[in-house]
Amino acid sequence: MSDTADGMDPAVKQTSAELATGVDTDTILKTEGITKRFGGLTAIDDVDFDVEAGELRCLIGPNGAGKSTLLNLITGALSPSEGEVYFRGHDITEMDPHERIRRGLSIKFQVPSVYEDLTVRENVRLPIQRLASGAERDERMADALAAAGLSAKADVAASALSHGEQQQLEIGMAASLDPDLLLLDEPVAGLSVDERAEIAERITQLNEERSIAFVVIEHDTDFVAEIADHVTVLHQGETFREGSIEEIETDPEVQRIYLGGETDA
Amino acid sequence: MATDADSAGVLGRFVDAIHGPNTMGESRRFWAAFGVVALLMVTFPLYMLESAVTNMSQYLALTLLALSLAVVWGFTGVLSFGQVAFFAVAGYTYGIVGINVAGPLGTMAGLFVAVGVAALFAAVLGYFMFYGGVSDVYVTIMTLVVVLVLKTFLDQTAGDKWTIGEAALGGFNGMPGIPDLALGIGEPFLVFDDFTLFYAALLALLVTYLGLRALLNSDYGRVMVAIREDEDRTEMLGYDVKRVKLTVFTFGGALAGLSGVLYVTYFNYISPSELSLTAASLPVIWVAVGGRKTLLGPIVATVAIERLGLFLSVNVGDWAFVINGLLLLVIVLLLPEGLVPGLRDLVSWIGDRRDEGGTDDTTEPSGEVIE
Repeated sequence: MSDTADGMDPAVKQTSAELATGVDTDTILKTEGITKRFGGLTAIDDVDFDVEAGELRCLIGPNGAGKSTLLNLITGALSPSEGEVYFRGHDITEMDPHERIRRGLSIKFQVPSVYEDLTVRENVRLPIQRLASGAERDERMADALAAAGLSAKADVAASALSHGEQQQLEIGMAASLDPDLLLLDEPVAGLSVDERAEIAERITQLNEERSIAFVVIEHDTDFVAEIADHVTVLHQGETFREGSIEEIETDPEVQRIYLGGETDA
Repeated sequence: MATDADSAGVLGRFVDAIHGPNTMGESRRFWAAFGVVALLMVTFPLYMLESAVTNMSQYLALTLLALSLAVVWGFTGVLSFGQVAFFAVAGYTYGIVGINVAGPLGTMAGLFVAVGVAALFAAVLGYFMFYGGVSDVYVTIMTLVVVLVLKTFLDQTAGDKWTIGEAALGGFNGMPGIPDLALGIGEPFLVFDDFTLFYAALLALLVTYLGLRALLNSDYGRVMVAIREDEDRTEMLGYDVKRVKLTVFTFGGALAGLSGVLYVTYFNYISPSELSLTAASLPVIWVAVGGRKTLLGPIVATVAIERLGLFLSVNVGDWAFVINGLLLLVIVLLLPEGLVPGLRDLVSWIGDRRDEGGTDDTTEPSGEVIE
């Protein structure tokens, strides 16, 4: 009746898994031959995707390339048809999403998923109340509100926030879990230039000051160029290219798949 | 949050615990009104006929059934038609134990066993549903099917074959001779019938109401509401959504079971008609009409709808169902959030018009959004 899988000591498990798999500790996330089929459609086909600790990685690709599916396989929202996912050296392929989150993974969904009927303060409280209580909780909530630029709107219902503020709020909630790796699915879609700049600054700051590694799905190449060290291009469910933003931007094959008949975003 | 509670230790902490964004009623005016209603209820037997008092005990017992659904559906988002199954299972279990084990010890044991069996039933059903990946509307359908299967089974339990000790399940005729709940060892020193049952039900309701206010405003209650609002987001904040749903569902089963025990001690009888389609939908109606995201709404609506049903069936016979049904439809269409939130909004609207920007006494800031 109780979920027996929970309550294990991550540190112990991690060490034994490292010995078993030989994954080096700088690699925070690793997928091995991960494949996801929906009936006859192969959305993700044998992808090996590695992220280093503290890295800021962008994941790009035309619509339908499998970017969101890959994130869902990493968080456990979907289970793979084949392959494994390792996080901090431990095989998490069979774990429920909340167990992965407790090990240091966090995600901001594509559509802003804040609790619309709750106040901004209650939204921020939910991730933090699991980790801290008393004065520490109050302090962390105040910090999270300030970082999201929403201190003045703490008692407003989240549904009353603008789209950009909701994105900031959800990034703030995801970041307040103190993750080692934060997955962001299109954090600046539909935002103004100013709002994009704010989000870019926020991501860079979280990455540099708190050494959070990022995987960011984004279409906007200017935005990608502003934040990313390293870019992975997915195409038709497979890893198409990996490299620096300069290499990717000037790669004629990448330009071809973006322009060549695919519906662009 | 009008609590000058910091001064008063344990009481202060209790006052803090029962206030928060997930329940309505924060102001002094609310608690004054609450006190008046409580006083009216405590003195109810002084100014009402005995029949009205005993009827009220029955309604009070049913408010616990309504609250069990409010917790499961209204606050955690799991729409269950199965609350009457836990209610009836507890009623039958109490009857079997109470009939077989003579004296007050038997009835006290019956109470605990019955509530335990109801909780266990809910836990087993909940486990297979939530861990089996059943969600949303399929939970609703499955719980309804469980009720109807249980009814079909109990309907055919007539005859000696279906006798447990001295307790005959009795098929669709039901199980008579269920003893009153009593306290004591050997000789009972307190038997819950008529007036005493009224006070027992009233006390159970008061304790449940205040306890649920504390639960819903706790960290755990906030997770329950978060699951109602967005299951995926909550799982992705690191909460074990399945386990929370199972726990809440089990607790709801226990509360429905307590309601069932109080209810069968009122009639000293239970039958499978408690598991009819109409019976299964009544808690949903009480909760929807009263306001599913509140605790007061289901309580008020249960008493009002049951009392109205009695009045109508006395005065207009079979038309009672039609009139009652139409009233419910009108209320749900006009006030989709329910009667009590509708009234609350009305009161705060009148308050706003009377004193523009004056004392904020009727609602708290987030009260418009959630309650």
